[in-house]
Amino acid sequence: MSENILGMRQISKEFTGVKALASVNFKVKKGEIHCLVGENGAGKSTLMKVLSGVYPYGTYEGDIVFEGAVQQFHKITDSVKAGIVIIYQELALFPDLTVYENIFAGNEVKRGKLVDWNRTIVNAKDMLRKVKLNINPETLVKDLGVGKQQLVEIAKALSKDVKLLILDEPTAALNEDDSENLLQLLRELKTQGITCIMISHKLKEVISIADSATVLRDGQTICTLDGSKGEITENAIIKHMVGREINDIYPKRPNPSIGEDVLELRNWSAFDPQLGRHVAKNVNFHVRKGEIVGIAGLMGSGRTELALSIFGNPKAYKLQGELVLEGVPRKFAHTSDAIGAGIAYVTEDRKGNGLFLAQDIKSNITAAHLRGISTSGVINDNEEVKIASEYKNSMHIKAPSVIQLVGKLSGGNQQKVSLGKWLFVGPKLLILDEPTRGIDVGAKFEIYTIMNKLISEGMSIIMISSELGEVLGMSDRVYVMAEGEIKGELSIAEADQEKIMQLATQ
Amino acid sequence: MELNRKPEAVTAGTPAGFFQEARTLIKENIREYGMYIALFVIMITFTIMTDGLFMSSRNISNLLDATGYIAVLAVGMTLVIVIRQIDLSVGFAAGFLGAIAAILLTQAGVSMYITIPIILVLGAVLGLINGVLIAKIGIPSFVATLAGMLVFRGALLQITEKTGTIIIKDEHFNAIGNGFIPSIVEVNGLHLLSLVLGLLCIVLYVLSEISTRRNKLKYEFEVISKPIFALKLVFVSAIIAYITWILAQYNGFSWTVVIMLLVVVVYHFLTTRTVLGRHIYAVGSNPEAAHLSGINVKKITYIVFGSMGMLAALSGILFTSRLQSATTTAGTLFELDAIAAAYIGGVSSAGGVGKVTGAIIGAIVMASLSSGMNLLGVGISYQYMIRGGVLAAAVIFDVMTRKKRG
Repeated sequence: MSENILGMRQISKEFTGVKALASVNFKVKKGEIHCLVGENGAGKSTLMKVLSGVYPYGTYEGDIVFEGAVQQFHKITDSVKAGIVIIYQELALFPDLTVYENIFAGNEVKRGKLVDWNRTIVNAKDMLRKVKLNINPETLVKDLGVGKQQLVEIAKALSKDVKLLILDEPTAALNEDDSENLLQLLRELKTQGITCIMISHKLKEVISIADSATVLRDGQTICTLDGSKGEITENAIIKHMVGREINDIYPKRPNPSIGEDVLELRNWSAFDPQLGRHVAKNVNFHVRKGEIVGIAGLMGSGRTELALSIFGNPKAYKLQGELVLEGVPRKFAHTSDAIGAGIAYVTEDRKGNGLFLAQDIKSNITAAHLRGISTSGVINDNEEVKIASEYKNSMHIKAPSVIQLVGKLSGGNQQKVSLGKWLFVGPKLLILDEPTRGIDVGAKFEIYTIMNKLISEGMSIIMISSELGEVLGMSDRVYVMAEGEIKGELSIAEADQEKIMQLATQ
Repeated sequence: MELNRKPEAVTAGTPAGFFQEARTLIKENIREYGMYIALFVIMITFTIMTDGLFMSSRNISNLLDATGYIAVLAVGMTLVIVIRQIDLSVGFAAGFLGAIAAILLTQAGVSMYITIPIILVLGAVLGLINGVLIAKIGIPSFVATLAGMLVFRGALLQITEKTGTIIIKDEHFNAIGNGFIPSIVEVNGLHLLSLVLGLLCIVLYVLSEISTRRNKLKYEFEVISKPIFALKLVFVSAIIAYITWILAQYNGFSWTVVIMLLVVVVYHFLTTRTVLGRHIYAVGSNPEAAHLSGINVKKITYIVFGSMGMLAALSGILFTSRLQSATTTAGTLFELDAIAAAYIGGVSSAGGVGKVTGAIIGAIVMASLSSGMNLLGVGISYQYMIRGGVLAAAVIFDVMTRKKRG
């Protein structure tokens, strides 16, 4: 067989106490298309960032051998010089510049000290021909569709004499035609001797294009499958992706007493005018009183967007379909309407859009329901301290007092503040978006316990989660989302890791 | 109270413990105390350099009156900066509205008691227009209010073009910027009502501090130890008493000072004790989280700019009344003085941080610098450079202390 163009040996990478990669071995043969698969957080992107010098030499352990020599990339330009180019899922193009300016951005065609724009345009035309993109190089990038922008990125990579091209979920935002077009181009580049690593969640794509596929799980290499031996099958990949033992412990709860529908969505769609596509498509689902409904799926599958479209639509999507809350069709003009109707949403990004980090615990807990501690617009400080202290004690928020700044708390305690803020609103329906992301096992268990207590009191919970163990351990029912659509509904009895992953990777 | 004694009280009795606590207290609150220390140092320095002239009754009275129209702008500007915006239009808005007031009072013969509400409402409406341009249409506040600045400047020139400076003869109106509150009785040449007001301020201050401390103890929050607390009360009371004493020796409290104090008290209450205040700081510290908490970010923007417009109107009234006339250049650079005062007062352009009381201190710092340098006969060219340097130093100090603690 042909020689290896790349060997990554015993790569380990740690982020302040969390091991993202543990002795990963990863080999890529010259001239092949090699797919990298794994769940969210398995370490795929981290591995590629190590390879491309985003995490410079010295911040990780292990060796990178590229074209037979051990490499030390201190910055991204080092890896580019060696011929390794990475294209991220969020494209790194300048929307207001022309196609030719983008292709040669940072790699300008010069005559002396000045840019030679004429030659730039001529060269850009060459590159566009190579990626079979028939457009005027003077077009602005923002006027192109996502599919064509992706091709411009590849043209940009080709202009740098790329030997190893890395694509991070290149088809995630593309429609089927554009995806097929892109895969076809990758096959052609292969015949021209360009090696390609592709991260993908769509297994059909992986099966159709990969010469080999490596599965990562929890920061470790699980196996490398060889396409020429027919090893790359959907079942094999899923089995290796989810093979983890579920040994997290979930608190038991008494048999749930599930009641009437609290929320029902009928043919619900949300169109994002900024992205120019649907983030949720034709969703039908319902949540009953006293149950936890899990929404599983991979990142970017539209789960958060769906939740926001229910919760007063803060991103101003164009909505279609019907939202029925306790039997009454409702339309919310603002998040405050949704909150008033009894819906609460605990965000996945507590630091980004959940908490007021520069404010204290009590102000955060009361922020969404100041009416509860004020009379005619004047805040009753004593009442606020009393209520905040109650939440602090009942939720075991570890802090000297409720006037501690939230920015100084640990992730788990911040999450409890975030949850406490929404419990103070007194919702009927609680939407939890990744409720335990980035917090330690002890705090996780406490949050699960709180969830069980809430549903026993008659609340309904929608739990969005990327952790399969959590979905299986906590839900009464599971919906699986992919590409903005509900791909399936599973009762907790029939749900297992393989079934969920199968639906999520369609 | 005795039951709730915190462990620190044990060491606080000894002198060593006292100094240690004082040191940590200053270290932790260096940003806030720094401002007061700077003001103190500036005042002492000028007093020494002018052989006490700086601290004379007349000068302090003038200084505070000259601060008034900038201080009210700085209060509004602090809230604007807290919600991560800026308003460049307030200077000429003040000038323009002051001129309208002058026209109403002189040419239209409207009574001052009707003129003032009209001007304040007009100011609020102009501010609201800024708010709509920014929040609803999405124009960056820098550009929207820059446009407003040009428009108001033109409007001011337009209405004062024919007449030039409009002289106001209404004594009641002119008293706002030049007059003093009635004394009722003079005791040994001292202004009695001012003394009573000063005393009232001290009593209110001491009572509110004690009740806050008692509340904190009730919830077992950390409080400063008794000796330090007592020292703080005595110190602040002494400063209020001293200023009152100085003013009472001259003409007592001016109407400008009373209005300034009222604005501070109202806005301090609004920002620290009301739902609206909470919403303003929430929008400033994380607009997205505020929106997701059900707070109407647009509405808050309208309110903050509306209040800014109203305070610009008040500033215009104070300035016009002080000059007893509306001039063609009234309001020039007010906005930048107000922004400088707000930054010296500790507001952060990152949003969500800044106090109304800080803005007033910032305005007094700037006014003290001008006043002191005028007394010393420092040329205007150097004055600008020195004030620029002080502004830069204040912000550098702010950034450094924040970094250290962060």
